[in-house]
Amino acid sequence: MVDAAQPTIRPARARTTRSGLRKFLERKSTIAFFMALPLMLLIAIMVIYPAFYSVHLATLNKSMQRFVGFGNFMFLFKRETFWMVVQQSCFFAITAVIFKALIGFVVAHLVHNIPDKGQRKWRGMLLVPWVIPPAMSTLAWLWLFDPSYSAFNWILAHVGIGPIAWTGDAGWARFSVILVNIWAGAPFFLIMYLAALKSVPEQLYEAAAIDGANWWQRIWYVTLPMMRNIIAITTLFSLIVTFANFDIVRILTAGGPLDKTHLFATWAFRIGIEGNDIPLGASISLFMVPILAVAAVFILRDINKRGNEA
Amino acid sequence: MTSMTIDKAGPSRKARIGSMSRDRKWAMRWSYVFLTLFAIFFLFPPIYMFITSLKTSAEISAATNPWWVYNPTLSNYTELLTSNQFLTFFRNSALVSIFVVIITMLISIPAAFALARMRFWGSTTLATGVFLTYLIPDTLLFIPLFKMFATFAQWTGIELINHWWVLIFVYPTLTVPFCTWIMIGYFASIPKELDEAAIVDGASWTQTLLRIFVPVALPGIIAATIFAFTVSWAQFLYPLAFTSSVDQQVLPTGIITTLIKGDVFNWGQIMTGALLGAAPPLIIYAFLMDYYISGLTAGATKG
Repeated sequence: MVDAAQPTIRPARARTTRSGLRKFLERKSTIAFFMALPLMLLIAIMVIYPAFYSVHLATLNKSMQRFVGFGNFMFLFKRETFWMVVQQSCFFAITAVIFKALIGFVVAHLVHNIPDKGQRKWRGMLLVPWVIPPAMSTLAWLWLFDPSYSAFNWILAHVGIGPIAWTGDAGWARFSVILVNIWAGAPFFLIMYLAALKSVPEQLYEAAAIDGANWWQRIWYVTLPMMRNIIAITTLFSLIVTFANFDIVRILTAGGPLDKTHLFATWAFRIGIEGNDIPLGASISLFMVPILAVAAVFILRDINKRGNEA
Repeated sequence: MTSMTIDKAGPSRKARIGSMSRDRKWAMRWSYVFLTLFAIFFLFPPIYMFITSLKTSAEISAATNPWWVYNPTLSNYTELLTSNQFLTFFRNSALVSIFVVIITMLISIPAAFALARMRFWGSTTLATGVFLTYLIPDTLLFIPLFKMFATFAQWTGIELINHWWVLIFVYPTLTVPFCTWIMIGYFASIPKELDEAAIVDGASWTQTLLRIFVPVALPGIIAATIFAFTVSWAQFLYPLAFTSSVDQQVLPTGIITTLIKGDVFNWGQIMTGALLGAAPPLIIYAFLMDYYISGLTAGATKG
């Protein structure tokens, strides 16, 4: 990289014999290409190749010696667990994203409401769940949900509500994984929405107030249209991350009880790595691609739109 | 603008503004009430971690008030910080994160510079491609990567699986696309005159990058560094899939696989370990919050 750029410092003394090569190396586009080369290699070897390789793996049998075509997919379609995972993944992602967005939106407004000098402190506190590595904070939740020593049940017992099997009962386990995901992800929405709120010109609110708009009309006609792009991008980002979530479900329930809380990622891990059936695991994880692709297309469209507006 | 409209509206308008500011005061009070409730919701798990980390196993199993410590002790901390096993996890995590940050910066800063300033064939496609790569989750790649490493070992005899350093090669797939993406944004915001002047004065492209772009975009580089560090420190799926021996684990997987033994949960130590594992990102965040947040928001707002 540095070598490629070196000749430009002394262009006048170019030797006649190697001037062709040197001219090529001095060209701006050549230097740029070499500067971006490590990035391209990394993406090609560690991202693009594995992505296509997983499609190839999905067409092999368990011992990876025979081509079975769509056999793995056909096998999955016939399994009840698979459809449960599809259902749970979609339910998990959509519910969690909606609540994260709502909480983020409300809390961003609350922070925006208070005087500027206090905002930093509150923002700092509210962002803590996002900073703690999810694997670590989920352990705290696992302990809060502990079957015999649950700190929640201790509080609930004082108001006369019987012990709840937070991770033992299928319904509650689904609730628990979503709750933890909301807890960990809402601060991201908060910070994005707060940044968007700050960028809405104050004059718009003044104009709306003069026109006699109430707070609801101000949100509906001023805030939301101005934040539309950020809301869309943040939601789509979060949809991808939530849909592909692994850490929280893995640590909290490991998919249980009876595979009721498995997501594509955790089930693929169970089958592919722990169950040693790499092709079937690859097939499961490939089912994430359609949703990710749709979200990615919309994000890209919004980001390009932003670029054109600027 | 405001004063003008008030003049026009006359006294009746003034009264309304008075009532509005009273509304504001109430809105603010309610804001504080609800903010406190949300702060409690967001902060009680880490606080509970801290409370539990100060308890002895005896106190935990006695099932006294879980939200209070009757006999606070630091024994969990001293035990973990003197245990070789835990220190190995910590060392592995630190080494992996530091190397990943260095590799990420070495790859993404020149690439972002080339993509932001020096057009070449396919550079716009590559910029979009970098962004798309950032959207590909780790959960899609761990199975093919696992198989690739196994095949690599068959061909070359170099065993990649179950060595902590393999993570140094894997994590950049998570950090480089995002860091390149936000660095493109930061570099693009630097006025063109600055590098044109440098080039006219005879600086090479490398010199322009190192002497002008890196110093000017330093806040962006710090934000990207923090991002790369936090991501590598927190990553859980790859170490879980690629490392299994105790001495090869990093913190997140190490705590879970060694401190949770069958049905015996030593919760005091688990919470202490989790808290110590969460400490480095939290400390960085406490001191460099603004960089942290600017990196977070830049990813989606700079385009």
